[in-house]
Amino acid sequence: MMATTLLEHFAPPRLSLRFIPVWRRNFLVWKKLAGSSILGNLADPMLYMLGFGYGLGSLMPEVGGARYITFLAAGTICYSTMNSATFEVLYSGFSRMHVQKTWDAILNAPLNLDDVMLAELVWGASKSLLSGLAILAVIWAMGLQQSWLLSLWVLPVVILIGLTFSAMGLVMTALSPSYDFFMYYFTLVITPMVLLCGVFYPVDRLPGFLQIASAWLPLSHAIDLVRPLILGHIPAHIAGHVAALVAWGLLSYWLALGFTRRRLLT
Amino acid sequence: MSLISVRGLGKRYGDAEVVRGLNLDIHAGECFGLLGPNGAGKTTTLKMLLGLVAPDSGSIDILGEPVPLRGREARIRIGVVPQMDNLDPDFSVAENLLVYGRYFGISDALIRSRIPALLEFAGLVSKANVKITTLSGGMKRRLTLARALINDPELIVLDEPTTGLDPQARHVIWQGLRRLIAQGKTILLTTHFMEEAERLCDRLVILDHGAAIAAGSPREMIATEIEPSVVEIYGEGVAEWGRTHGKAMCARHEITGETLFCYTHDCAELLAQLHAQSSLRYLHRPSNLEDVFLKFTGRELRDS
Repeated sequence: MMATTLLEHFAPPRLSLRFIPVWRRNFLVWKKLAGSSILGNLADPMLYMLGFGYGLGSLMPEVGGARYITFLAAGTICYSTMNSATFEVLYSGFSRMHVQKTWDAILNAPLNLDDVMLAELVWGASKSLLSGLAILAVIWAMGLQQSWLLSLWVLPVVILIGLTFSAMGLVMTALSPSYDFFMYYFTLVITPMVLLCGVFYPVDRLPGFLQIASAWLPLSHAIDLVRPLILGHIPAHIAGHVAALVAWGLLSYWLALGFTRRRLLT
Repeated sequence: MSLISVRGLGKRYGDAEVVRGLNLDIHAGECFGLLGPNGAGKTTTLKMLLGLVAPDSGSIDILGEPVPLRGREARIRIGVVPQMDNLDPDFSVAENLLVYGRYFGISDALIRSRIPALLEFAGLVSKANVKITTLSGGMKRRLTLARALINDPELIVLDEPTTGLDPQARHVIWQGLRRLIAQGKTILLTTHFMEEAERLCDRLVILDHGAAIAAGSPREMIATEIEPSVVEIYGEGVAEWGRTHGKAMCARHEITGETLFCYTHDCAELLAQLHAQSSLRYLHRPSNLEDVFLKFTGRELRDS
């Protein structure tokens, strides 16, 4: 009995286009609150990037073969995309699932939990695409990119980063008893990842064992794809980095879906 | 013909058997009530019928669809009013209907053409563009009912539709439900308001501890399951009165706190006796569905 339930909960995702009306619902809410959302999600990382980029950058020689602000801007694309996806599926997702009971209403319509989860995943990635795109727009406006064509390739990478971190965040949302729980995820996962994965400084400046840890983390793979594209060369090991992000995303999404099914369907 | 047919439905959570061997046959066009104290298994039963929770045993057939296997197909033709309001607080009244209609795959044009009639039904025409957060509890309930009609459902399922509403708001909901019944919709509702069940339901079943313990039409249950009249007696010394006269003068009696409920077939002698004394006050009334309910489920509190 127990074993069959577990197998059912962790069965593969059932995909259907029925998720689209749920995505549209979230989009309609976002449109209403876009003002404050844009300010919080976009302006904040931009200010940090410009402040540190010019302030610290003026003290530094070239970093990784580029001006510090360019180096930092590439990291900020990934950092901002990750943060935006994470915040959306954690706080807003939890509100929709647990506080407002929006999911309960949706599940009484002809949608399944798998549809709702897919909508959350894609919605988190959509919002984070906007964050990544905003940083990219600043980069373009300042002419920091070394090649227009290569910098355009950042967009599909940002979508992949958004999907990966949305999926990871959804695991937390599925397990969370309250908003307070998310602090653990930020303090124990997100913040260390930012410091280990080369957003602000090259990973090779870290002690060896931290470099090894860093190599496993999804944000490192994201940055290893995005930074060369901004600095004007084709990234090394593209397939490996993409595979790592996809693996993190798929594994997380599968876990998140299983935990959420267990939480809501029994 | 049965619109809903349930056989041997069972569900357990750990050691607790929440639903035990439930059979139901609900016909097209009727209003059917699931009654029971808190924790009787009403909501779990509804969730299984909608295909949201998988049963451990038994079979469910709704609108010709086997559930949970084809729960999605069944829900396309069902409207649901949940126990807790879960309207979208960020949207206006009309937007709530629009967004909900999209979940059914209905085109925006068709939804928009249905909204005016639904607002009229819910008495919310003037509130179409008002935010949900400014609505009263009764208005939210009416909107939730209207939302459940966005797909023009054959079956409407309501989980405690009037819990938490004031009497005025409750009557408006009842009026709405009667209009739907008159239109030929089938209604399945859970409630623990006996008055609601008595007014609305053609047939009902009383659940307790997950099993059906009585079934029938409200009138027929009152006629067959219980003595026709009740005398409620209260005041000091009511327990003493119960010991000395209760057995002789009541077919059945129960004491709860300061009140003695005396169920009788013929109350003339009892009323004469009570009239002759002055220390006890009393109220004579015909028995109702609540008396039937309490007879089957007892008077102890259900705080589980």
